[in-house]
Amino acid sequence: MEAAMGLMRRIPPKHSEAALTALLSLLPHHSADLLSQVDQPLQVLCDVDSGKQFILCEYNRDADSYRSPWSNKYHPPLDDGLYPSQELRKLEVDANDVFMVYLDQSINRYYEGGTSSVYIWEHEDEGFIACFLIKKDGSRTADGRRGYLEEGSWEAIHVIEVVPLEEATARYCLTSSVMLSLTTNDESSGNFNLSGSIRRQMNMDLPVAAGHLCNMGRMIEEMESKLRYSLDQVYFGKTKEMVCTLRPPSEPVQTRLLELISKRRP
Amino acid sequence: MSDEEETQPTDEQKIEIAKWFLLNAPAGEIQYIAKDMKAVLQDETLYITAAAEAFPLYNKSHMICLDFPDRSGEVMVTPFSEIGENEYLDPRTAQVAIVDHVNQVCRRARPANDEELPTPYIEEYRYALDIEVTKYVSEAYPKGICSVHCVNGKDVEEPGMDFELVVVISAARLSPQNFCNGSWRSIWNVEFKDEAQLVEVRGTLQVGAHYFEEGNVQLDAKHECKDSTMFTSPEDSAHSVTTIIRHHETEYLNSLQTSYSKLPDATFKDLRRKLPVTRTLFPWHNTSQFSLRKDIQKNLGLEKKK
Repeated sequence: MEAAMGLMRRIPPKHSEAALTALLSLLPHHSADLLSQVDQPLQVLCDVDSGKQFILCEYNRDADSYRSPWSNKYHPPLDDGLYPSQELRKLEVDANDVFMVYLDQSINRYYEGGTSSVYIWEHEDEGFIACFLIKKDGSRTADGRRGYLEEGSWEAIHVIEVVPLEEATARYCLTSSVMLSLTTNDESSGNFNLSGSIRRQMNMDLPVAAGHLCNMGRMIEEMESKLRYSLDQVYFGKTKEMVCTLRPPSEPVQTRLLELISKRRP
Repeated sequence: MSDEEETQPTDEQKIEIAKWFLLNAPAGEIQYIAKDMKAVLQDETLYITAAAEAFPLYNKSHMICLDFPDRSGEVMVTPFSEIGENEYLDPRTAQVAIVDHVNQVCRRARPANDEELPTPYIEEYRYALDIEVTKYVSEAYPKGICSVHCVNGKDVEEPGMDFELVVVISAARLSPQNFCNGSWRSIWNVEFKDEAQLVEVRGTLQVGAHYFEEGNVQLDAKHECKDSTMFTSPEDSAHSVTTIIRHHETEYLNSLQTSYSKLPDATFKDLRRKLPVTRTLFPWHNTSQFSLRKDIQKNLGLEKKK
């Protein structure tokens, strides 16, 4: 299993779907572990009742059907599918509404456009697990406003395990994965593709007075900012640094820089 | 239900899968992938078959460089230097290396036969270009290697016929302890066209980088370009061609840097901004009292723009 995860860390991100399929066929006994630990590009379906899109993942799947968070129905229909309890379903409905506002185009917040879904279900004792998903397509043909990207997508999966503690607090364990892919294609720079995924964890004990939704939302917002910063600075910075190490920029640039630096010294 | 219906892949399929993983290894990482693949396959024989097929392709594609056993020089393993099964020519020392692909070493070397080498006429051009390109590579790349081969017309003995040389340049930076590896590969086809007295140059540049500390982020960039110059003496042609190569590669590096600088400002913003446009954090605490979207929006004082 460790070897499988090692392979997933090295395979080019654009091939991760093919890689996972291959590993699942080779290691069928580990399929549960693989599916939960390896993040895959997110797919969407359209809810038959409301016409709204919802995101597919392991957490809303039962057999080959997927449950819509809007209508609570399985697509395609299932006779004996699993459903969350009434209480959790209510939390799920609220979470989906709120999360959609977090993403909503009309208030131009973090995302311009995109699809979101939240799934909640029971977990040990009185706890529950909530899964928040975001899928955003930034390519020229989809939601991207400025049209620089030939192809681009940001997908985030946040899984929070909530366990009630004593003293009206609860422990929230968040595991977040962000998958990102950017492609530009033009005359001067040819085909340029940067893609990647990173995973982080965050644990917090918070009072439940503010409500589970509020606590989870705050954690997710904080986590997403951290992840975006990481992706930007560390990962994209690091790959660029590598390119410049392979073939340093030509001398005139360097001499100019040196001149600037020496001028600044007192 | 569907899990029970899935049957184990056939041996052939397993070999194909192993080959696929090996071939898609980033620069410098095939041995790590090999180790993990062995563990996943749990079958030595199948792995050996896959490796025997995958390693030669990988090595040629990544243009790996191997030392001769007596350290008399190095040989680049490329499709252009391949003259026989597992045999690769180094034109500089006129030796042929016999290569063990899976272990990525040169087992032994032998002198090249006359038939394997180009004619003196072609060699003049090849040699002149090699000198110029080697000089360029040593200046532009901290750790670059290069090689020039004749891929067409090596038996041409005098002016009057076309021939083609290929320049390969490869630079790799492997830093697994820092979880970062990268490679630069350029392949330049140089066609000497006798009738038009023209030299046509076509280049394919490929850059890759892989960062994998708590994640997996990869750059995969490719660019093609072409140019031409006059067909003159070996030394002058070599000089012109190398100037062309230097120009295009420098330009490409610059445009890569431009792409990177555009990322945070424009491209990335298409997907997710640093802070919301309204510059405040989302008011999660206000929403817990409402279950209807309309109410949420009303209370946040927002109007739906339509």
